[in-house]
Amino acid sequence: MAPSHVQEPSADRRLSTLVRHLLPSSPRRTAAAAAEDSSATLESSPTMASQGCSVFAGLAQAPEDPILGVTVAFNKDPSPNKVNLGVGAYRTEEGKPLVLNVVRRAEQMLVNDPTRYKEYLPITGLADFNKLSAKLIFGADSPAIQENRVATVQCLSGTGSLRVGGEFLARHYHEHTIYIPQPTWGNHVKVFTLSGLTVKTYRYYDPATRGLDLKGFLEDLSSAPTGAIVLLHACAHNPTGVDPTIEEWEQIRQLMRSKSMLPFFDSAYQGFASGSLDKDAQSVRMFVADGGELLMAQSYAKNMGLYGERVGALSIVCGSADVAGRVESQLKLVTRPMISSPPLHGASIVATILKDSEMYHEWTVELKAMADRIISMRQQLFDALKARGTPGDWSHIIKQIGMFTFTGLNSEQVAFMRQEYHIYMTSDGRISMAGLNAKNVNQLADAIHAAVTQLK
Amino acid sequence: MAALSRTVSSLSRRPQLQGLQSARQMSSLFGHVEPAPKDPILGVTEAFLADQSPDKVNVGGVRLPLRTPSSIPRSLAAGAYRDDNGKPLVLQCVREAERRIAGNLNMEYLPMGGSITMIEQSLKLAYGEDSEFIKDKKIAAVQALSGTGACRLFADFQKRFLPDSQIYIPTPTWSNHHNIWRDANVPQNKFTYYHPESRGLDFSGLMSDIKNAPDGSFFMLHACAHNPTGVDPTEEQWREISHLFKAKKHFPFFDMAYQGFASGDPERDAKAIRIFLEDGHQIGCAQSYAKNMGLYGQRVGCLSILCDDEKQAVAVKSQLQQLARPMYSNPPVHGALVVSIILNDPELKNLWLQEVKGMADRIIGMRTALKENLEKLGSPLSWEHITNQIGMFCYSGMTPEQVDRLTNEFHIYMTRNGRISMAGVTSGNVGYLANAIHEVTKPK
Repeated sequence: MAPSHVQEPSADRRLSTLVRHLLPSSPRRTAAAAAEDSSATLESSPTMASQGCSVFAGLAQAPEDPILGVTVAFNKDPSPNKVNLGVGAYRTEEGKPLVLNVVRRAEQMLVNDPTRYKEYLPITGLADFNKLSAKLIFGADSPAIQENRVATVQCLSGTGSLRVGGEFLARHYHEHTIYIPQPTWGNHVKVFTLSGLTVKTYRYYDPATRGLDLKGFLEDLSSAPTGAIVLLHACAHNPTGVDPTIEEWEQIRQLMRSKSMLPFFDSAYQGFASGSLDKDAQSVRMFVADGGELLMAQSYAKNMGLYGERVGALSIVCGSADVAGRVESQLKLVTRPMISSPPLHGASIVATILKDSEMYHEWTVELKAMADRIISMRQQLFDALKARGTPGDWSHIIKQIGMFTFTGLNSEQVAFMRQEYHIYMTSDGRISMAGLNAKNVNQLADAIHAAVTQLK
Repeated sequence: MAALSRTVSSLSRRPQLQGLQSARQMSSLFGHVEPAPKDPILGVTEAFLADQSPDKVNVGGVRLPLRTPSSIPRSLAAGAYRDDNGKPLVLQCVREAERRIAGNLNMEYLPMGGSITMIEQSLKLAYGEDSEFIKDKKIAAVQALSGTGACRLFADFQKRFLPDSQIYIPTPTWSNHHNIWRDANVPQNKFTYYHPESRGLDFSGLMSDIKNAPDGSFFMLHACAHNPTGVDPTEEQWREISHLFKAKKHFPFFDMAYQGFASGDPERDAKAIRIFLEDGHQIGCAQSYAKNMGLYGQRVGCLSILCDDEKQAVAVKSQLQQLARPMYSNPPVHGALVVSIILNDPELKNLWLQEVKGMADRIIGMRTALKENLEKLGSPLSWEHITNQIGMFCYSGMTPEQVDRLTNEFHIYMTRNGRISMAGVTSGNVGYLANAIHEVTKPK
């Protein structure tokens, strides 16, 4: 009998799905047996499909994504005062999405060029884009680039770059454990697990100080095996906004190199964090400067506002040009059976901007404006809480950097704020500063004040 | 701050750090990585590009690196359509759609499952404008990275939810199919398809393999314009295949990369799928807009799975999204916008239908021309298969040795299995091509 579609609690549904896979009778055979019982003839009856003989009949509905699910809930809320501080997508002071002027210009140039074709890119992606992306993160004068030691493939934004890097390591690297910071972006665990790596964590965030737990960080890496892969947020750590200082990065680097650990950088906010592209790349460049190898996942979602175009790159800095060549050839074997070749549009926009010095400059100006608005919102929120005398130390709001602030609010307080004030954030208390503006910052401050004073 | 920058830049200048073994002195962590084998199709392009002859012709059906138009040699073929001047083509409906997009729409994230409107229109194309399955919301569907991405998502989904299942793949098939299911860790089997002697379908072999496969097996079927042979079952044969699938309770997964591009009529090209739907199969389907809308590099496609009911469709879609999230989070927006704009606007859609028919007609015309040329040259061999076959590719039946002669003596490039990309054939080179084929195939 095909399993009946009963409303079970989600945990039970997940459990029963698992159980079905473990039992000898698979849903497929069960469904087939059901079909056999009901009819032995081969009539082409349109009603046969309605007998419910799908091979996927036992499949349970997946839970909502914890981050993207916030927007889903937000969209359902009828309140005119609702505020979405969930997803990390930049919003203007008017609360609108933003397409950068320079991006519009690049897009118009592409559309107006009648000689442009939409052919397949090579498997590795748009060559110009790859070269320019490597230069952007590693620096144009990077020895790794000058020595042709960098293998770069265009990927589907940060997610795609991480996944391709993970799959490559699972196939070609001797250590299959990756250490990720606690906490980290929610999707990291799934990406690396599906890549075939084992995921472990290292201490990162100290709730007591709402800052970096450097001691725990270094201790955990010290006790990790030699050669382990370590995921590092290049800047603007997501979700905490807490970044190591340069001196702290140096300590991390020395420890990692002494244990032959492989750095895997995730750079989703270059230029968006401090407003300076070079400053936000310092951590990465330190690791390249010592001559060592590393992986680098780059995204243009935020810093060029190209979110939905899915533009990114995976670069692997290798010990030699020869190794880089072989590595690139193997990266192609990972991407070909996933997507064949990456999408053209977004990469073309990026390449157009990066290769034109005037457009590049315009981009840096617009990028700094976005970063500055975020920094300003941090100050405004901090000031608003101070003005209300909200209990607690809120200085972390202005100390943290990038798109997000880890407020320190607990999940009850978060739920309270959603209920009473229609303010949406992820349950870990992370708010996207990009969603704030002069109009709603007071509403947020009121909500935080109420949550903190009414719920402990 | 200045001190810190100095530290960083001094690090950049020093190849070694005092008291710390230079990371570069240690051997590369990736030193053992082997160079990947060269792609058998792309190797043809490399040879073509190196050839200095003005007469050279590429019917290798290869993917080319994107180049500026001035550097694309004439009469070059890609696994991509070419017009009668051998040039790549951007459809007018696509240009218009892009004009509407540029400057007007934002680039926010799509939902994990992709563009709802693009999906709706895609389902109508595949399942029928008035499909009851669409009305009853029984189809779980997500936007995918063209046909490749759709197949890969399905393979991953198959692995996760039916881990004991295998996939049957036709012999021959597009080479990347094997890579996709292999990387998804789904074991593969082959089923008979092409009949070399007749350059047609080995129907009895095909039916025999379907019958001998264990009940409930998963089969990957090319909905139309089989790649690489161009050999499709007739409508009658499709009905028999569907009938046998029903008896065996097999799961049919259709890869439809050429809807509209094969016969010129999208409804006609979806016939196999419609037959299976009428017979009550709950199919899976991968759709691509790479060829039929010329959107190759934009990577636009759709994966759909017909379910028992709306509730199951919702569940299946949610699970497909769970597979997409750790691969790319959400699919690219641009190509989806182009497709939605075209298919939602009756005038643009009509324009598209005309343009896709134009492409298909040119290919069909070239098939006829090639065959007639060969007959006029007095070739004693049968070249019926050139016009019997359909779509982008023609399986000529030439041997690797004959192909080598074509390349070495006539500067004609194709893959060594004798596959010709008809897109590379033009009225300008069809005579030359026919002559060369005749020379290497005529009896001594």
